[in-house]
Amino acid sequence: MTIDKGKPDARPRDIHEYLAEFDDIPGTRVYTAARARKGYHINQFAMSLMKAENRERFKANERAYLDEWKISEEAKQALLARDYNTLLDMGGNIYFLSKLFSSDGLPFAEAVSTMTDLTWPEYRQMMLDGGRSPEGNRSIKENLAAAARAQETGKDN
Amino acid sequence: MARITAGVGSSHVPLLGVAVDQGKSNDDYFGPIFAGYEWTRQWEKEQKPDVIILVYNDHASAFDMKIVPTFAIGCGESYKPADEGWGPRQVPDVEGHPDLAWHIAQSLILDEFDMTIINEMDVDHGLTVPLSMMFGQPEQWPAKVIPLAVNVVTYPVPSGNRCWALGEAIKRAVESFPEDLNVQIWGTGGMSHQLQGKRAGLLNRAWDNKFLDLLIGETDEARWIPHIEYLRETGSEGIEMVMWLIMRGALGDKTRMLHRHYHIPCSNTAIGHIVLEPVEEETVPA
Repeated sequence: MTIDKGKPDARPRDIHEYLAEFDDIPGTRVYTAARARKGYHINQFAMSLMKAENRERFKANERAYLDEWKISEEAKQALLARDYNTLLDMGGNIYFLSKLFSSDGLPFAEAVSTMTDLTWPEYRQMMLDGGRSPEGNRSIKENLAAAARAQETGKDN
Repeated sequence: MARITAGVGSSHVPLLGVAVDQGKSNDDYFGPIFAGYEWTRQWEKEQKPDVIILVYNDHASAFDMKIVPTFAIGCGESYKPADEGWGPRQVPDVEGHPDLAWHIAQSLILDEFDMTIINEMDVDHGLTVPLSMMFGQPEQWPAKVIPLAVNVVTYPVPSGNRCWALGEAIKRAVESFPEDLNVQIWGTGGMSHQLQGKRAGLLNRAWDNKFLDLLIGETDEARWIPHIEYLRETGSEGIEMVMWLIMRGALGDKTRMLHRHYHIPCSNTAIGHIVLEPVEEETVPA
């Protein structure tokens, strides 16, 4: 186990390279400026649920409350369905979306588990057992290369 | 003159606040986490800091997407606990130290750190949970607090190096404040955790502990760790650890470790805690 400590003063000179690396992380949407722009109204909607009176209005008629916001129909459907992975794709950010699942009375970890391939009891057990390992979860490119190597080895046999 | 006498690093998981507020800090789940803070609670009683510069991030509580300051310093008289969607925590209001805060803000800006000034805001679990962990449940917090909020949510967040350098500038600013004050700086957040997507639940005990190692002694290598390394190895929210580098930078060239604690898990997160003191090299008389 080593930490990539980088190089002194090796600040990213190329913003395109800097951002492109983020897309190589499996199962992760880094909250970039592009996502922040795309999801602005989704996140501001979620933020509005911090106020008790807004929560009540939302709960009384979710659809009508959503119609007050400049949000696409697709995003409204994802919000109604509490489809958090789709909302992340649409530029939602988890700290904002957490206002929605808090309004639903869902504990943070349980809401997080809905974005994974695990059920809530399975997810909770994984955390108690030390969490998800970074092994095989660092890089999409690395995973593809490893899979290709494994296939090559398979052919040789 | 005012002096930074110690640095504290700590996770600020909201569930820890819930555990304190609901009296669960001794149960089977939380007991081992809180046991690792017992040393620090005793030590803080002896240290009696006057002021804590508390580096944290706001979690869509005081700030929404309308304004995203990279570095913001609280110069107000006091701050109320934020309502994060289930009513504010029943903890004391946080008292500021406007004299020192404004002095630091002005000094930092002259030192080319273009700070955002905050006069009024509510403070969320990112700030109140560390206070609960270090001070328990007092009638009022035993120290004044200067909140220093860092954007670690919307990318690009500040680099590790910039955070370290900000810490160095904070040290200079504090030391030019004429009043004798015992000042601590706390870096909060982390350690490894990912709260989103299919990879949620990622934890990295080995990496986190190496990071703790890098805060001790003379090394300043941690300042160069690139963002992508935090993201790959410690989950999307592990990036909060750059805030610990502000704390470390403010302790000068060399530190000594007084206490250290690590526990997995708390909710989705790895709990890390460290107490450091600056080691001033003795100058040899000519």
